[in-house]
Order: sequence, then structure tokens, then C-alpha cells
Amino acid sequence: MMTIDINAAPLLSVQNLGKDYGNLVACTDVSFDLWPGEVLGIVGESGSGKTTLLNCLSAQLAPSRGAVIYDTRVDGPRDILEMTESERRLLMRTDWGLVRQNPRDGLRLGVSAGANVGERLMAVGARHYGDIRAEAANWLQKVEIDVGRIDNVPSTFSGGMQQRLQIARNLVTEPRLVFMDEPTGGLDVSVQARLLDLLRGLVTRLGLSAIIVTHDLAVARLLAHRLMVMRHGRVVEQGLTDQVLDDPQHPYTQLLVSSILQP
Amino acid sequence: MSHAQTLEGYNFAYLDEQTKRMIRWAILKAIAVPGYQVPFGSREMPLPYGWGTGGIQVTASIIGQDDTLKVIDQGADDTTNAVSIRHFFARTTGVKTTERTESATLIQTRHRIPERPLQEGQVLVYQVPIPEPLRWLEPRETETRKMHALAEYGVMHVKLYEDIARFGRIATSYAYPVMVNGRYLMSPSPIPKFDNPKMDNMPALQLFGAGREKRIYAIPPYTKVESLDFDDHPFEVQKWDDCCALCGAQDSYLDEVIIDDAGGRMFVCSDTDYCEDRRAQGHYGPLGQAAE
Repeated sequence: MMTIDINAAPLLSVQNLGKDYGNLVACTDVSFDLWPGEVLGIVGESGSGKTTLLNCLSAQLAPSRGAVIYDTRVDGPRDILEMTESERRLLMRTDWGLVRQNPRDGLRLGVSAGANVGERLMAVGARHYGDIRAEAANWLQKVEIDVGRIDNVPSTFSGGMQQRLQIARNLVTEPRLVFMDEPTGGLDVSVQARLLDLLRGLVTRLGLSAIIVTHDLAVARLLAHRLMVMRHGRVVEQGLTDQVLDDPQHPYTQLLVSSILQP
Repeated sequence: MSHAQTLEGYNFAYLDEQTKRMIRWAILKAIAVPGYQVPFGSREMPLPYGWGTGGIQVTASIIGQDDTLKVIDQGADDTTNAVSIRHFFARTTGVKTTERTESATLIQTRHRIPERPLQEGQVLVYQVPIPEPLRWLEPRETETRKMHALAEYGVMHVKLYEDIARFGRIATSYAYPVMVNGRYLMSPSPIPKFDNPKMDNMPALQLFGAGREKRIYAIPPYTKVESLDFDDHPFEVQKWDDCCALCGAQDSYLDEVIIDDAGGRMFVCSDTDYCEDRRAQGHYGPLGQAAE
């Protein structure tokens, strides 16, 4: 596991973030810092505001209050909510990645796997077909998809392969921060295990920072350095993953941890 | 109403003056922002959508008493669509019509650019079925508008990539996307990509009207128009092994015509005026006859 430089500036700094849907408070008073190379897990039951929080962090949704400050490569720390839309979208396709729960939302199903991986490269100006294709093949290999299937459309892929393809598509521009929403949802356990193994390898090798939303505590334990437990839109406990899972302090976290089935 | 055969009870060029004014505003804006799709209040026309309602409205708004109109459909002056639109304007305006490219001041076209290079002072009006080049890649109009606004055109190359991955070359052969003035991605209407190079730096004004989609866009004279491509798969136009069977031309866009039920075929110029012009000059192909 790579070491984290605690003297570095945080990559992402979230201050008192909140989002309301009318009278309904989806999440509120969320503050945390994420350092380069760190993986943060957000756990909690359905409806606890995890996905809303992730959408606010990744600028998919405009939060009702608070600030999200990202350490951009060029301009240093900036509030993403005060960026222009074009800057945010550029960030989204270069420095950030977004892996969705349902790979069909994150992939272009009508075009081949190679084009899916190459899309971000073309979006930032790559105009050499041979190079784009070579890079796509390279990434398919990294996510353990047979290179022979580079010209197949993703709808002919299995769920696990689609999810791996989605990851390759996001990582091809070497982002520094990846948001993942239930990356292993809907996959059977053996496929989950391989995907987790792959993710862990990639995160460590590339020094990525990641924010992973999951309701699966096993996934959180394997991937996350640090955990945030959410309930009713609030963060009830946060700390190092092992600490939170082995010595839960908040009654809700205790309930969550004790609910895991032990086979 | 100068012409004896013009219809009674209709305004000049069918549309009322307020509508023509509204369309001219849209055209002026389109010329000011080359390649940008300007929304306009498209009117019901006395023919169905898909038959050239956009082109007709543009033509109707800019045609004047002194204009000479030529109408072509797939390059030909004598096909149903061309004949009826020409007839429509002859009856509602009484202006002169012609089949000769060089004597026309206003040319309405469906799916072709005439072979003879257009001159300053001429206006070419295209009929456009689907003005949005990104439509098949992004179904949301809100999103495509945003992509145009922010010049996010990477996804267009995804389509070209897909072509090469499947067919070994860029197989898109018509409605080939172009970049206008280095800023806006534009669909040149379904002209063959053979005609794309003619759009670049054309001395004539090019106007595009999409009636159903209610959009007008334009390329002013002498504007840079580039066809998209990859560095290692450059843009190229169609080529034929045959020449035109009637006039022997090797530099024009050829239509394949089946001539019997035993596999017989011939290739002829799709631009009928160009073909006739060449034959009048004494050129002839394998199936044609020399002019007397």
C-alpha cells in the first residue's frame, strides 16, 4: 500500500456540504479532506444520502450549500462550484473519472469497446487512429479484457466485463480522482472479488485518489483507507477503515457492522 | 406581378412579408456566426416535411424579381422534386428559371453541389433533413447545444473511429461532418463527401434550411470548411473506375444506373447540366453520341 504524504495539500476539501430536495434534506453538514493517493469509502444504508453526496462532489448536482475545493493541476485549489461549466466539464473528462453503478449509464453501448476507451482521448484532442487504438488495447489488457474483443460492442459483454470496460474508459486519461458509485453492485461474488482485486491494483499502481460509495462493508474494507458512515443525510462516524469496522463507536455503525452475515 | 402566369391571390414567393423578414433575420445571424444553427419559426408549406420545406422557405425569403432560379435534386434538374419546386416559384414569383448553373443567381439544391464552380454573387440554398451532426451520438437537444457552445466535438471522432474499426476506412460517405471557420461542427446536409471540398473557400454564399427541425445555418463566401479526419486516415473523396457513359467525364460525381435485368449498368453524371454542357462541347462517353 502506498504511503500518503500528510504534508501535501488536500486534493479535495469539502466544507459543510448540503443538498435539499425541497423540504427533504438529502445530506447536510458534510466536511472532509481527501489527500492524494487516498481512497475514501462512504457507507450507509439505502436512502442515507450517499449517492446524492457523490453527485454533489462530482459536480453532477448543484449542492444547496457548502463548498467543494479541488486542487487543480494548473490553477491550484479552486471551488468547483464557482468554475465555469466548460472548466468543470473539462475536469470531468481529464482529471476526474466517474464509474457508475450501472455500466450502461457510463458506457456508449452502440460503439465498440475500443471507441469507448478512446472517447476521452479524442475528447482531449487525440487525432491519430493508430495511437488511440493502441492505447485502447493497452487499457483493455490492464483491465483483463481480451484484446481480441476490442471491436465488439459492450452490449455483448458480461456485467463484470462492462464494469471493467467502464473503469478502463475512465482511467485512460490518467485522472487523479475517481468517483465510484457501487462499483461492484449487481455482480456475483467471484466476479466482485476479481474486480476488487483489479481496482486495488490500479489504485495502488497509479496513485489514484478515489471516493467509493458502497453499502457493502466488505468492499469498503478491501478498498478504502478511510471510512465515512452516513445515516439520514449526516456523517455519523468517520475514521480509518479498520478502526471503524473493528471498533465501531456510533450505535448505527455497530448495527451496520453486526448485520454482516458471516458465512 | 410581372409574369402572366403567376398565381392570383398569393404574396410574392408565397410567404407573407413578416415571415420572410423573420427568416431573413435568422439568415443574417447565421451568416454572422458561420456554422451555428439558428432557430427560426418554420412555417407550414404546401408540401410535406422532408420534401424541402426548409430550403423553400430560405429561397422564398431571399428571392427577388431580378433573380434567376435553378433547382436541382440529386444534381438533376428534371427530377420530380426539382421540377415541382421550380414550378412553385415560377408560379408564385414569376422570376426567370434556368437549368444552367452559370446563369443562375439562386440555386436551391437537395443533396448535391453543382460540378461547375460557383461564382461570387451566387447563392446556394440547401435542403436539410437533420441539421444536427451530433444527433445520432447524443439524442438530447439540450446536451448537443451545450456541446456546440463549449466546442466539445470529440465524440464526432468516435463515430469516425468506429467506421475505421469496422470497415478499415472512414465509411461515412454522405453528410460528412465539417468544421466551419475552425469553430462550429456542421452537417453539410446529405451531400456526398465528394462535394465537401467544394464548400471550402467557396465564392458563393451557402445557406442551409431545415424546415421540420426549424434551423437555419450558413457558410459565408470564402470561409474555411474542413472535413474531419484522423492524422493517419486523412479525408478522401469517392473515386470511380468508370467514366460517365454519356459525356465521358472522369471528374464528376457518378450515379450508377441499372439498364436491364441481366446485370447491365452504366455510370452517368449526377449533375445533368454539367453532363449536357460537356456533350454540347463534343465530349462523349461509351454509350453517348457526339453532338451533331
